[in-house]
Amino acid sequence: MSAQESTLELPTAREAGRSPALQAGLHALRRGGAIIAFFLLWEIAPRLGLVEAAFLPPISQVLATGWKLLLNGQLPQHFAASLVRSAAGFALAIVAAIPLGLAIGRYRLFAQVVNPLLEMFRNTAALALLPVFILFLGIGETSKVAIVFYGCFWPILLNTITAVVTVDPLLIKSARAMGLSPVRLFRKVILPASVPTIFVGVRLAGAVSVLILIAAEMVGAKSGLGYLIIYSQYNFQVPEMFLGIVCITLVGLLINALLVTLEHRLTAWKRNGGEA
Amino acid sequence: MAQAGALEIRNLNKHYTVNGTPLNVLENINLSIHPGEFVTIVGASGCGKSTLLRLVIGLDNEYTGDILLDERRIRDTGLDRGIVFQEHRLFPWLTVKKNIETGLLNNTRFSPEEKENSVREHIALVGLGEFESAYPHQLSGGMSQRVAIARALVNRPEVLLLDEPFGALDAFTRHFLQDELLRISSEEGITMVLVTHDIEEAIYLADRVVVMQPRPGRIKRVVDIDLPRPRPRNADAFVRYKDDLLADFATGDRPEDILAGALEQPA
Repeated sequence: MSAQESTLELPTAREAGRSPALQAGLHALRRGGAIIAFFLLWEIAPRLGLVEAAFLPPISQVLATGWKLLLNGQLPQHFAASLVRSAAGFALAIVAAIPLGLAIGRYRLFAQVVNPLLEMFRNTAALALLPVFILFLGIGETSKVAIVFYGCFWPILLNTITAVVTVDPLLIKSARAMGLSPVRLFRKVILPASVPTIFVGVRLAGAVSVLILIAAEMVGAKSGLGYLIIYSQYNFQVPEMFLGIVCITLVGLLINALLVTLEHRLTAWKRNGGEA
Repeated sequence: MAQAGALEIRNLNKHYTVNGTPLNVLENINLSIHPGEFVTIVGASGCGKSTLLRLVIGLDNEYTGDILLDERRIRDTGLDRGIVFQEHRLFPWLTVKKNIETGLLNNTRFSPEEKENSVREHIALVGLGEFESAYPHQLSGGMSQRVAIARALVNRPEVLLLDEPFGALDAFTRHFLQDELLRISSEEGITMVLVTHDIEEAIYLADRVVVMQPRPGRIKRVVDIDLPRPRPRNADAFVRYKDDLLADFATGDRPEDILAGALEQPA
């Protein structure tokens, strides 16, 4: 107990003598230190000849290439193409899967009828179907958006069904005791109670949307970050290839940050009103 | 409104079918509760006391016999009856105020002003004015239960049903809320029916204690509690009632329930 207390008190005692600026700097270092170290290693390793610079160019060279492609408009074009495709497929999946999941979760008979089918589709890897999508929809935008839609659809649908089915039965009983009609019960109780679990599916789908899009763009596309990566690799433009990879990370981070913000808003009640 | 809230239960029978054989949960229940009366129902688990409340609140219409509120037959849930369960069952995504407002969702009788007034009055009645914008997870068990009481009362029902409302609370909070409930009962003047397995609680609160017996669930007897309020729990008369009622359970057929019931009495 006393040992625990002393370890807790030590940092504050030490930090007391430091200036705010220094403390802020230390805080930044603690949060970003690992990332800085990683990029430093990326920069230094090829320069020291620890890895073949032709295969792993220093990050500065990747960024310089990025700047060049940014100025000539290639990077914005690929970036926008990818972002639009994944956002469109993702948004369509949300719009389609949430209502369907709510309906399936609500009506037991419907759930029993469609469940085996859903189970089958869920276990069919989206990328395995990519050739089918290309066959039917060509290599244009439609097939890309469709495959992203397909990949995002399942995690959202299944989590929505789970969310509705697992709403606390006591809350439902309480609402029924208040005489709420089925429609009101759904709107006022089941829907808000389902939001956190539905969001688990939405965030999973966010990650899936990037993953599937890149694979799809590598197989058949004329633009997009996946295309940039695979095309650069074929042409041995290694800095461009790494640039594509870095940009994909950025897209992933961007989508995740958006979803976290949205989730924060929708579930504000979990934290709101100051901690009591 | 002052004299409304007469609850009349006549020849009430209820059975469930378990594995094809009918199981009587309530047998020939007759009980007449006056407007504004405070009735508590005690009994070992399985005596059907919670089932009885379910039928009165209207969550279950499958029974024979009559349940009449002010001469009208009860069917389905209605604004004239409110219920509080052992678990508070507040909606975690709504503030205290909004939770209480959900009680009014079905109310077409009140004007918007009346609704607002009722919400405000009942928040004040349960003493949670400062907490109206707090969320349930920020409240203690006792505070949550007070919100649940306010929510049940916000339609100004004629009868308030309480199903072991303080069963999950610690002894101090329980005693405090028992006094609160008596205050609310005298201020609102509505009929109260409270189910409990705590004999002391039953005596402390009630004008009349209904003792129920299990298998099949039936009323063993009804005891008038003729004590002025407040009732000191260690007064001779109080203890006599307690001994008298405990004797009912000593002759029951499930010793484990009696033991559990007796152990739950706060010392």
